[in-house]
Amino acid sequence: MNSMLILFIVLAAAAVLSALGLLLSRSAIYAALFLVLNFACVAIFYLILGAPFIALTQITVYAGAIMVLFLFVIMLLGAEKLPGTKAIPWQCPLAIGLSAVLLVEAGFLFFQRLQSSVNLSQPDIQVNSMESIRTLAVMLFNEYLLPFEITSILLLVAMVGAIVLTKQEKGAAG
Amino acid sequence: MEGTIPLTYFIAVSAILFTMGALGVLIRRNALIVFMSIELMLNAANLAFVAFARAYDVLSGQIFVFFVMTVAAAEVAVGLALIVAIFRSKHSIDVDQMSSLKG
Repeated sequence: MNSMLILFIVLAAAAVLSALGLLLSRSAIYAALFLVLNFACVAIFYLILGAPFIALTQITVYAGAIMVLFLFVIMLLGAEKLPGTKAIPWQCPLAIGLSAVLLVEAGFLFFQRLQSSVNLSQPDIQVNSMESIRTLAVMLFNEYLLPFEITSILLLVAMVGAIVLTKQEKGAAG
Repeated sequence: MEGTIPLTYFIAVSAILFTMGALGVLIRRNALIVFMSIELMLNAANLAFVAFARAYDVLSGQIFVFFVMTVAAAEVAVGLALIVAIFRSKHSIDVDQMSSLKG
């Protein structure tokens, strides 16, 4: 049992428990905060895996922008404690059963195909340095330049779409 | 700190998180929480990408995570706008209430 493994197990437990909290919490606000905790755990996983830039992007984009948007909408709608309607009675057990099947299937496929001998050593100082970010940037702006530009168009379309969807039309009853 | 972690452990965590996200989509009725569960699933997929990128020493996995994050951001912007629009007309974001097309 080495120290990296202990760190990993603690983080994995925190990630899974916060996901469980997201599933079980009655209030949407608590669910959002559990999700922030989960994102933070995953960001530390990225650091362990030697992807410092992805880790910081995770914090700024997911925990920063996306979750703030979520919290903003929850407060705007006053939807933090909506009375739940009656669910279909057999739905919950069925969903849990199907999820268990999914987990077993995914686990089976992964562990059957994966060479279990692959061990991820602790990233050396080279990986968590400026140099790796430079390599990433060179790759992003050379090989993946076209997809990068397409994502900018995607963001523009999303922005216009969000404005159009929430705009109150003048004179309309809505 | 030193030591190694088997790749399979990361993949196992990723699979568990993805399954919990799928479970959340299935059992929760609040549209906002369904959305958060989708984010959880995207995040689990990202974790698997980065783990494989590290294991096989290719950076393409990390680049892909950028694109997934961009798509997630766009999806959240449009999806939340849709939820706000639905709340305006129906005064509820319960997914069971959105059954106007049912015969």
